[in-house]
Amino acid sequence: MSADTLHNSAHGHDHGHDDHAHGEAPHGSLRGYMIGFILSVILTAIPFALVMTGTLDTTTTAVIVLAMAAIQVVVHMVFFLHMTTTAEGGWSFLALLFTVIVIVITLAGSIWVMYHMNANMMPAPAAVTETMSQQ
Amino acid sequence: MSAQTFEATANGETPLFYEVEEHHHPEGSSTMLGFWMYLMSDCLIFAILFACYAVLGHSYGGGEGPKQLFELPLVALNTAMLLFSSLTYGFAMLTMERPGASVRAVQGWLIVTGLFGLAFLCIELYEFSNLIHEGAGPWRSAFLSSFFTLVGTHGLHVTVGLIWLVTLVTQIGMHGLGQANRRRLMCLSMFWHFLDVIWIGVFTIVYLMGVLG
Amino acid sequence: MTSPLPLSSPSISPIFGRLTLDALPLHEIPVLVAFAGTAVGGLALLAVITYYKAWGMLWRDWFTSVDHKKIGIMYIILGLVMFVRGFSDALMMRAQQAMAFNGNPGYLPPDHYNQIFTAHGVIMIFFVAMPLVAGLMNFVVPLQIGARDVSFPYLNNFSFWMTTAGAVITMISLFVGNYARTGWLAMPPLSGIAASPDVGVDYYIWGLQIAGVGTLLSGVNLIATIVKMRAPGMTLMKMPVFVWTSLCTNTLIVAAFPVLTAVLALLSLDRYVGMQFFTNGLGGNPMMYVNLIWIWGHPEVYILILPAFGVFSEVVATFASKRLFGYTSMVYATIVITILAYLVWLHHFFTMGSGASVNSFFAITTMIISIPTGAKIFNWLFTMYHGRIRYELPMMWTVAFMLTFVIGGMTGVLLAVPPADFVLHNSLFLVAHFHNVIIGGVVFGMFAGINYWWPKAFGFKLDRVWGKRQFWLWVLGFWFAFAPVYALGLMGVTRRLSQFDDASLQPYFLVAGFGALLILAGTGAMFVQFYVSFRNREALRDVTGDPWDGRTLEWSTSSPPPDYNFAFTPVVYDNDAWWDMKRRGYVRPTTGFRKIHMPKNTGTGVILAGLSVAFGFGMIWYMWWLAVVSLVGIFAVAIGHSFNYKRDFYIPVEDVIRTEDERTRLLASEGVSA
Repeated sequence: MSADTLHNSAHGHDHGHDDHAHGEAPHGSLRGYMIGFILSVILTAIPFALVMTGTLDTTTTAVIVLAMAAIQVVVHMVFFLHMTTTAEGGWSFLALLFTVIVIVITLAGSIWVMYHMNANMMPAPAAVTETMSQQ
Repeated sequence: MSAQTFEATANGETPLFYEVEEHHHPEGSSTMLGFWMYLMSDCLIFAILFACYAVLGHSYGGGEGPKQLFELPLVALNTAMLLFSSLTYGFAMLTMERPGASVRAVQGWLIVTGLFGLAFLCIELYEFSNLIHEGAGPWRSAFLSSFFTLVGTHGLHVTVGLIWLVTLVTQIGMHGLGQANRRRLMCLSMFWHFLDVIWIGVFTIVYLMGVLG
Repeated sequence: MTSPLPLSSPSISPIFGRLTLDALPLHEIPVLVAFAGTAVGGLALLAVITYYKAWGMLWRDWFTSVDHKKIGIMYIILGLVMFVRGFSDALMMRAQQAMAFNGNPGYLPPDHYNQIFTAHGVIMIFFVAMPLVAGLMNFVVPLQIGARDVSFPYLNNFSFWMTTAGAVITMISLFVGNYARTGWLAMPPLSGIAASPDVGVDYYIWGLQIAGVGTLLSGVNLIATIVKMRAPGMTLMKMPVFVWTSLCTNTLIVAAFPVLTAVLALLSLDRYVGMQFFTNGLGGNPMMYVNLIWIWGHPEVYILILPAFGVFSEVVATFASKRLFGYTSMVYATIVITILAYLVWLHHFFTMGSGASVNSFFAITTMIISIPTGAKIFNWLFTMYHGRIRYELPMMWTVAFMLTFVIGGMTGVLLAVPPADFVLHNSLFLVAHFHNVIIGGVVFGMFAGINYWWPKAFGFKLDRVWGKRQFWLWVLGFWFAFAPVYALGLMGVTRRLSQFDDASLQPYFLVAGFGALLILAGTGAMFVQFYVSFRNREALRDVTGDPWDGRTLEWSTSSPPPDYNFAFTPVVYDNDAWWDMKRRGYVRPTTGFRKIHMPKNTGTGVILAGLSVAFGFGMIWYMWWLAVVSLVGIFAVAIGHSFNYKRDFYIPVEDVIRTEDERTRLLASEGVSA
């Protein structure tokens, strides 16, 4: 029984005893950074170009712009932040997932709630109130 | 080590309930995870600012809106500065990870990164001062309050990042690329790339969607 | 165009900002009395410390310590000291409300009353409950996972001092200037610069922002600790339930406190720079503040209660001498609560006008979140069933919790029904509900935890006689104090009122006042208990380190544990690791010790916190030079601290041998070998 196997079996940590166990973060390569950079340039240039030239209609442009932004975030996460599902025993990814869930709830919830609050509670437009006071 | 068992034995023998050979938690083994957790909390601060922008971003208070105020070419230039800085920080990290890494080389790439970051800040300050001179300061409307706060908070983070960068350039000059400084460079790396991620959200939702209407 | 800043007002001096002699409460008798009391008490304490020449020891062994045990104890001391202030506010309110009938205005003008209920809420939540909870988690978690300390000991020290700095700023408001008059959440537009131009809301903001830094970093620290520093063999599903609840609590902290930071920052931008987030003109929307602050506020109450649930899980298993029933469901219930905590926040403002569809969604989620808590109650009951129950004080507090909290929870589910809430929102029924769950849940949990882990921390048990007096006075006092408040709420009485027209309500308030006096006596009994126990500590000595026949790893150490906690890192095979060790013939090693790697003390935390107080004071009083100088100082000290790379040392093996041999001798004198 080698010292290493003993070491493994005694280890209570949930992640495997791999090279990343001792704080060695996943790192990148020149190729990775360049791919990430070029993808980011493309995913930035297209939205700017579409909006600045107004080539497509508003809705289509909005969808493309938002989609490319989402993709670019993933590109950054993978190629620059080296995000994987196994980094730090999976805890990095779990933390990111939980944060994203909370962000989605906060944004969607706030927009939904405030839309209804505004509709029900904010003052009527000036024309309507004038008409009301004249009656 | 071979004489000791760590598993409970079938014949009822008392297992060893303590480590004789200490499995040392290397110094700083929690740092990356801890810093990532902090970054997640920072994400949430930005999420609140985005939520404010989403809810209040159309309240112009009778004043001007994004279509009148935003200059997209300047924003494109700014975006490029930040993106280049992410790339050059990546080069700094690659240089650091190479065996026999030279402190000077790493410092060089860090300084280039810093210059791109500084350019970003200068352009942003120029944009802010223009808006204020036009009468579109953060007190003019809820839309402008949300805009200045969201973009300004991002800029504040970049500023802190630059101070940190200068500190680290000094520290690796003084103490070389030991474990502690490597950890710090990796943390700043996460911070710097995370700021670029937030900027994707900013230029998309604030500037592009704002001008699009 | 210049901003409509209040800062451009001509009455702001460059040196003193808006601070003038008027800020001192020279004409307000109640405040002067409070000041005199605090000054006399404070000076007496300083005199005693000086007399015993204890400043050096305090600085070296406590203030600059990065030891989680010392920091945990300091948190609890902070919580108990601030409780005296928060409870004094409560007594003042009870007295005012008991007398203000039949045209009698009482002794507190509304302006003061409003500050008192605001301070009462802020202090109880942020400077009593949070520190107590943080203190228990800090002290217990590393011991329970078999670690020597938390992941970031320096950060831990810094977190404690930032929390203390927030408390100091809040206390200063009592004597210099005034506090907010807005209620503990400081809703705009009342908290905006137009309606509250004075320093009160600024004290509120900076006290919380500074304390919030400490809390957030503590959250990061404990998550990293639990994830990375567990003893070998302790998988996630073998962790004690208290560690699970701590993991979830700190997750909530990291995911909720940034929201508070952001919202308070937006409010301060409105106040300092004239922005329009929550104003009534130029596009602002005060409802957005309410929405955002409760997105923080609801997870906050789970941050308070989950650690208490963890305490009860440990206590029930220990004092029923039985493994906790349904460990897996307890873990999943805790995780479900953590996630659902983010889906219920609107129930705090059903009446603000979001309409039926939105209200229904949040009503349903609120009712759903009560289910995992119910599951926990059943698990505790099933653990007790057929157990051999010992009614030590922690167990007594647990039983009181189960009866009290469940009722409070039920009134919560009642309030979760929007039509009912439209009647009861902001009535005394709401006030009774949340005091019911916070006192019955959090406070009773903290008392249970303090009694349970006191012997571990100090080496002697707490006196049972005075403990039982405290118990009965508190439990009876709580019910006398708040049952009438439920009734008043159902009759339609609004919260936060200082005077009443309807004289038929007075008997209720008198009964409530009586209850408050019982609680006062109970609190007195607690401090007497501490004193008596200290005096009798030899008779109450915990020699073995395991006074309750405990089940988890902290009971395997001496009481108090050595600085390094464990001479050898434990290896874990099962839940209730210490119980497992005792059952399977564990023999404590007496030889083979090594030198132990430890972090050094640091004064940086105290200094940064002190600079933060100065920064806060400067911002509050518009003393811009002070704010700038302190901010620069904070950056300089923090950056300077980072240039110190030599932060650790080794405890020499001779010291370890000496400490462990002491323990071997002590155990032998008790006839115990392990």
